[in-house]
Amino acid sequence: MTAPIVIFFVLAAIAILGAVSLILQRHPIHSALSLIVVMVALAGLYLLLGSEFVAAVQIIVYGGAIMVLFVFVIMLLNDGEEERTNFSKLATFAGIPLALAIAGLIGAAIVHSSSSLPVATANATLTNTKQLSLLIFTEFVYPFELTSFLILVAILGAIVLAQREN
Amino acid sequence: MVPTNYYVILSAILFGLGIVAFIFKRNIITIFMAIELMLNAVNLAFVAFSRALGKPDGEVFVLFVIVVAAAEAAVGLGIIILTARNRRSLNVERANLLKL
Repeated sequence: MTAPIVIFFVLAAIAILGAVSLILQRHPIHSALSLIVVMVALAGLYLLLGSEFVAAVQIIVYGGAIMVLFVFVIMLLNDGEEERTNFSKLATFAGIPLALAIAGLIGAAIVHSSSSLPVATANATLTNTKQLSLLIFTEFVYPFELTSFLILVAILGAIVLAQREN
Repeated sequence: MVPTNYYVILSAILFGLGIVAFIFKRNIITIFMAIELMLNAVNLAFVAFSRALGKPDGEVFVLFVIVVAAAEAAVGLGIIILTARNRRSLNVERANLLKL
């Protein structure tokens, strides 16, 4: 067991515990805090993989902006404990078998293809952020500009949806 | 170093937990958070494959996924506010006007 493997397992355990906690908590604020734990653990994994820019963006945009938006909406709507209802007969009977089927499908695909993968390392010769920015502003410059347009449309849509009707 | 398999398996586990949360939770905001969890799981697989293959393209995709997730969160939470205002409840099983 080398140090990276130990760090990987610690961060993976934190991420999985956070995700399980998201499911088990009944109050949406607690679920949101669990999701922040998962996101911080994933940022640590990105650092372990050597992609420091993605880790920083993960913390700033996901952990900062998006989750603050979630917590803000939960508090704005004064959302309380989840109520237990059971209206859907399909979910009661088909839910667990379908979840197991999807898990089996993904597991089979991983087992089938995992022998041919190379090892993911933090490659010291790769100066990651510079390469990333070069790629964004040369090869992916049109998608990049389109995403700025997408953000603009999303902001307009959110304002139109959330404003009160006169 | 850590094998790529481990990252992919962790990504699949997180994605599966996201599906479970999506199916079992009743609160519409928590369901939305489950979608964010699934997006995060896919991002982890993207970065792991990108590092394994030595090409930064996957990380560019992750940045795009994060941008789209931000846009989705803005619009989705607007829709959630509208739903809460109209139905007086955040339980998805009470939003059943289209049901027979």
